[in-house]
Amino acid sequence: MTSTSVRRHKATGLVVLLAGLVTTGIGYAAVTSTAEASVPQASQGQLDQGHQIFLEGCATCHGLAAQGSSDGPSLIGVGAAAVDFQVSTGRMPLAAPDNQAPQKAVVYTADQISALAAYVASLGPGPSIPSASDVSTTDAELAEGGVLFRTNCAQCHNFAGRGGALSDGKYAPSMMNATPTQMYEAMLTGPQNMPVFNDKTMPPAQKQAIIKYIKNLQQAQAPGGLALGSYGPVTEGVFIWTAGIGALLAAAVWIGAKVR
Amino acid sequence: MSNSHGTDLNVHAATGDEPVFPLPPHHHRLTDTDPRAAKRAERQIATMFILSALGMVGFVVAYVMVPTTSYLDLGPVGVLQTSNLLLGLTFGTATLLIGVAAIHWAKKLMADEEIIDHRHPVGSTDEDREEALAAFNAGVAESGFAERPLLRRTLIAALALFPIPLIVLLKDMGPLPGDSLRHTIWRKGSRIVIDVSGQPLRPEDMSVGSLVSASPADLNDIQEAEGNQNARAKASIILVRMKPGEIVSEQGEGWSYQGILAFSKICTHVGCPIALYQQRTHHLLCPCHQSTFDLADSGAVVFGPAARRMPQLPITVDNEGYLVAQSDFHEPVGPSFWERP
Repeated sequence: MTSTSVRRHKATGLVVLLAGLVTTGIGYAAVTSTAEASVPQASQGQLDQGHQIFLEGCATCHGLAAQGSSDGPSLIGVGAAAVDFQVSTGRMPLAAPDNQAPQKAVVYTADQISALAAYVASLGPGPSIPSASDVSTTDAELAEGGVLFRTNCAQCHNFAGRGGALSDGKYAPSMMNATPTQMYEAMLTGPQNMPVFNDKTMPPAQKQAIIKYIKNLQQAQAPGGLALGSYGPVTEGVFIWTAGIGALLAAAVWIGAKVR
Repeated sequence: MSNSHGTDLNVHAATGDEPVFPLPPHHHRLTDTDPRAAKRAERQIATMFILSALGMVGFVVAYVMVPTTSYLDLGPVGVLQTSNLLLGLTFGTATLLIGVAAIHWAKKLMADEEIIDHRHPVGSTDEDREEALAAFNAGVAESGFAERPLLRRTLIAALALFPIPLIVLLKDMGPLPGDSLRHTIWRKGSRIVIDVSGQPLRPEDMSVGSLVSASPADLNDIQEAEGNQNARAKASIILVRMKPGEIVSEQGEGWSYQGILAFSKICTHVGCPIALYQQRTHHLLCPCHQSTFDLADSGAVVFGPAARRMPQLPITVDNEGYLVAQSDFHEPVGPSFWERP
């Protein structure tokens, strides 16, 4: 009876509304504050684990104190984002010293990678791993992403994101299997020969638009027929010069052949 | 059928003269000697024509029935739009079958004769030549061309000047470029803004390793006033930032700002816009012909067909702290041209 009377009270709707607003506000504040935190809090255990992995897997080239050596750059100030990108894509530990670090099987588990990232981030301030809301593309403009992609990315990564050749055996990798977090980290840190697109020259909203466009490219189908890898004139030319002209030659031989 | 072809062999004999190089003996086709083979070829050809007709009908059916939203996963070949695939297959096969059937018809069933077409000398007879020459000489004598030098010379003068108006008209092909190839819209104090977003830049916005495609702030206004994109074609630049110690040389004293360098975006070879900047090596690579420029060393050409270094734009900051140009480029941007080898 009491509960029924409370439910029927005139102010009940107002109270419930207020309670809902307050809860949402606190929840939202909690979510955004974690998203904006530049240095994630890492436990001492995680830092120790990361240090251990660093000494075993990274110090040979990057130096015992991550100060760098003739074989590898200093990691002080590169931030957690660079570590997460390089290790979670399998580029680090390096397969062999060469002009380009190729992607290969990932060596460490997700826990180990975050411990390593936390350790390197503790050496000096640098870009942190983007949060889920940083790489969320729900509010991003696809068309704007296309314009930005063609202005800033397509010259190396190809108009369809399939990658392309650079000089001296270097290349821009294909983006077909890149995750939104990896794309964001790559823009933020400029891995290897890729230039840096920091949050000042390319604000997060623009990065999200680009990510949305690349995700669109990853799912793009080929309405016009065989895409031939979307490499443009190279594969298309090879195809038509071998298969196309080959078929014409075969037809010419058939037309000219003597009938028995 | 074979009987009618039997006479064909005598065609060259019937002309009367024996060929200098006699033809090899003619072998009859199977379809000429065996009526069943001829019938089989006829059926094959008819089948191809019928399939072609069905293909055309199939094209119309596919066009009307298959929605453009449906896609077909062909595994390693890729995901293709069902509609386009069917349209191409039906129309392509139908057209191909008409051609194949026609050639098959010609090869198997149409008359298989070998005919000699004799060559004859192409020159005219001696009588014709003499007659023509006599007529020409008579014309020259009657016209008085030889006896009246005044007419001859004035005619030659008139014909000599005849092409001159045609050459003069070429001037209407457009005004000469003047010195527009040597200048861009960059000038002292032009503010540098990021391409697409139009946002002005402060030096601290760029980190070491950054690459920014940029243009002058007033580009859009000038473009609108001129009604074309010529200004954009010449004024596009890229900004890069490296550690000041990494800069080996510059095209002018104090042209960079705290390690930020501005270069033309237009390749000096044939004018492709380039931004394939490799931040470790500071090399700028042109995708068209692989010209490579070292931006840390005055934009010098280190590889490829480009003949000239990449022009550098001198930059500084204005009193509000934004990056601006110190002046226009000091040399023409883009590919070489006639007056500038």
